[in-house]
Amino acid sequence: MPELTEPEMTEPELTKPEPAESVRYGVSASEISSQTVLFVTVDEYLEVAAAARDDGFDQLIDLTAVDYLSYPGARARPVDVQPERFEVVVQLIDHTSGERLGLRVQVPATEPTAPSLFDLWPGCENLEREVFDMFGIEFTEHPDMSRILMPEDWIGHPLRKDFAVGDVPVQFSEASAPR
Amino acid sequence: MRIPGLGKAAEIADDGLAGLEHNFITSNVEALVNWARMRSCWPATFGLACCAFEMMAAGAAHYDLGRYGMEVFRASPRQADLMIVAGRVSQKMAPVLRQVYDQMMEPKWVISMGVCASSGGMFNNYAIVQGIDQVVPVDVYAPGCPPGPETLMHAILTLHDKIHTGELLKRRETTGTGETATGAGIMVQQRDGQTAGLAIRS
Amino acid sequence: MTAERVMRRGDDSAVLRLSEAEAARIGGDTADPADDERVMLNMGPAHPSTHGVLRLMLEMEGETVLRSKPVIGYLHTGMEKQGENLTYLQGCTNVTRMDYASPLFSELAFSLTTEKLLGIEVPERATWIRMLMCELNRISSHLLFLATNGIDLGAVSMMIYGWREREEVLRFFEKVTGLRMNHNYIRPGGVAADLHDGWQGDLRELLELIEPRLDEYETLMTGQPIWRERLQGVGAINADEAIALSATGPLLRSTGYAWDLRRDEPYLAYDEVDFDVIVGTYGDCYDRYAIRINEIRESMKIVLQAIDKMPGGDYRLQDKKVTPPPRIRLDESMEALIHHFKIFTEGYKVPKGEAYAAVESPRGELGVYIVSDGSSTPYRMRVRPPSFINLQTLPHLMRGGLIADGVAIISSVDPILGEVDR
Ligand code: SF4
Repeated sequence: MPELTEPEMTEPELTKPEPAESVRYGVSASEISSQTVLFVTVDEYLEVAAAARDDGFDQLIDLTAVDYLSYPGARARPVDVQPERFEVVVQLIDHTSGERLGLRVQVPATEPTAPSLFDLWPGCENLEREVFDMFGIEFTEHPDMSRILMPEDWIGHPLRKDFAVGDVPVQFSEASAPR
Repeated sequence: MRIPGLGKAAEIADDGLAGLEHNFITSNVEALVNWARMRSCWPATFGLACCAFEMMAAGAAHYDLGRYGMEVFRASPRQADLMIVAGRVSQKMAPVLRQVYDQMMEPKWVISMGVCASSGGMFNNYAIVQGIDQVVPVDVYAPGCPPGPETLMHAILTLHDKIHTGELLKRRETTGTGETATGAGIMVQQRDGQTAGLAIRS
Repeated sequence: MTAERVMRRGDDSAVLRLSEAEAARIGGDTADPADDERVMLNMGPAHPSTHGVLRLMLEMEGETVLRSKPVIGYLHTGMEKQGENLTYLQGCTNVTRMDYASPLFSELAFSLTTEKLLGIEVPERATWIRMLMCELNRISSHLLFLATNGIDLGAVSMMIYGWREREEVLRFFEKVTGLRMNHNYIRPGGVAADLHDGWQGDLRELLELIEPRLDEYETLMTGQPIWRERLQGVGAINADEAIALSATGPLLRSTGYAWDLRRDEPYLAYDEVDFDVIVGTYGDCYDRYAIRINEIRESMKIVLQAIDKMPGGDYRLQDKKVTPPPRIRLDESMEALIHHFKIFTEGYKVPKGEAYAAVESPRGELGVYIVSDGSSTPYRMRVRPPSFINLQTLPHLMRGGLIADGVAIISSVDPILGEVDR
């Protein structure tokens, strides 16, 4: 019988972003998977976004968030960035030059709020509602901060790491009477 | 020429019904009604997810459900007597599903199409109802992800058989889980996404 | 041209910003007692013309739509959460069930992102097979659009024709991937199986079949006065508005703005094939219809080129790390068996980091963003859903139009609810 040996599964080198070398719009920037990413705090967020918009980033491609509650070890972030539990991930595009720009907003767990980008890119409306629904991060000055995917009376925010995947029993208490 | 069981073709042509050898058929009303019901199942459109595409494909040119007298997908549940639940039912959709079911006229039947509708399928999580039988009584389950149009047809033919024998209605009468009783007869708990507790992957 | 219209916050915006509970309270009553023409109307979620389970809350004045709000989430499947619990190998089975009209694109975006994280390159043949299959998928998805658009507008024969041709494409898919939809065919490291013998012949036959039928559709619809009447000038949007609302895909191109990731940020081998980016002029429903029917032709061009240029070689990366051993080796070698078992149970570990990759799906930019924590399941898996974002334009397209046109508009945005709600 052949030997029971495990095939070797090599770990490739970690591709960590370099500590912030460059600075753009007054905040530290890194290269992450061939995209410039700016790290901002909640206070700097709107200002940097507005500067980027004036600089030609005309479309908001994506806005989402990550909950780093149970992330093992340290995140690869520039040294001067104070990591918080939530990170709002924004991606912008400049159609003229084809450049993409990322924003990572550090949102503290104690006060999960951030300003809304609605006045810069109204396309963020549904995306911010989704982040609110899934992560419980509130966007101030958003025209309609309400749940979008889950039922309005749902409790909890499913994509938070302390929300179990859970198979939950169905709510069906109020069948309307047959007509 | 003779037409087996009926009589001589020429006589039928000349005398119409009177030319038949046996010009009446005995049956009981129940069998006749069941036969009629079986032959004119009108499904309500209740397409939800991927499975709905296969349901539509079954109704379209290549597979042609019209052969079984059921190509008319009714938009209004009031005009339908079969609900094909095609796809995953979310917590948000479950009350709507029940409402549509309640609006259908008795007698009515339900086919649960695809593993998602039958058991939640690969999505065992907070969002999906783990089997629509928690919400409405199901008569036939069609397995597959998605069940091909052939599978759906098999499910439909199985249902036809069951309608024909009257077995389903009899069972509902005895167990009292029909429209007149308490819906699906299943008590369902209040959902609460938080009770599952803290689960952090190690 | 300005995007001012879409930036409004107040009552003069096209978006109805009202909670469902509130709307239920108002119900059929008039929103403003002085004005008894204005009513709230609910459409869906079990409505035949709303493409699945889309629900709309409409504020109407007579037959005219004022403000509206798409209420979604009726198909919310928790796929992003589910994705955190499935290995990278299983991930494709999950994402493929999102956009079930074009499942291969979600698989592709997921695989490209994973490959970025792993830092691997797939063999050339795999790249070309991916491109070939995706373009075929674009054809089947647009055929589906033609069918549903037809039935929404009352052209029932178009619905029958659309499904008939789609069925032909699905038959090819079934031959290659084993399934009609939800294929799980494109996987990190390559594709699941090589093309079968004689695929070129099958494909040429298929394209020869579709080509004249497209002309038939043109005769049936494009030039037909009723069809034009119902679509031209309905649901118009300009380029600035579309960009402000983050719209991509045919919706953006219909405004005359030529932006197509296949050309502008070429992935796979799109820079080696020749095709045109189709744009519209007026941004109305008719342009969106015309773009899609012509994109089928462009995709057919790409498929033909792929048949000629298909390189030889392996259809998947022969890297022990991501690729299970061939089936036949399992009978011979215990090691292969263990390897196979490990890959399918534990999966492979992906180095820490984050990556985003986007593809041009039939509905727009479909991107996958993955944060990896070094384990064999993603820490966070995010899909940028084009339909979800394009759906934001709906209230703006519908404002001031008739309710009957609303159906045409919804259909022309072509949302796939599985991907809207995920
Ligand atoms: S059973 Fe499969 S095909 Fe059907 S809805 Fe569920 S995931 Fe989609």
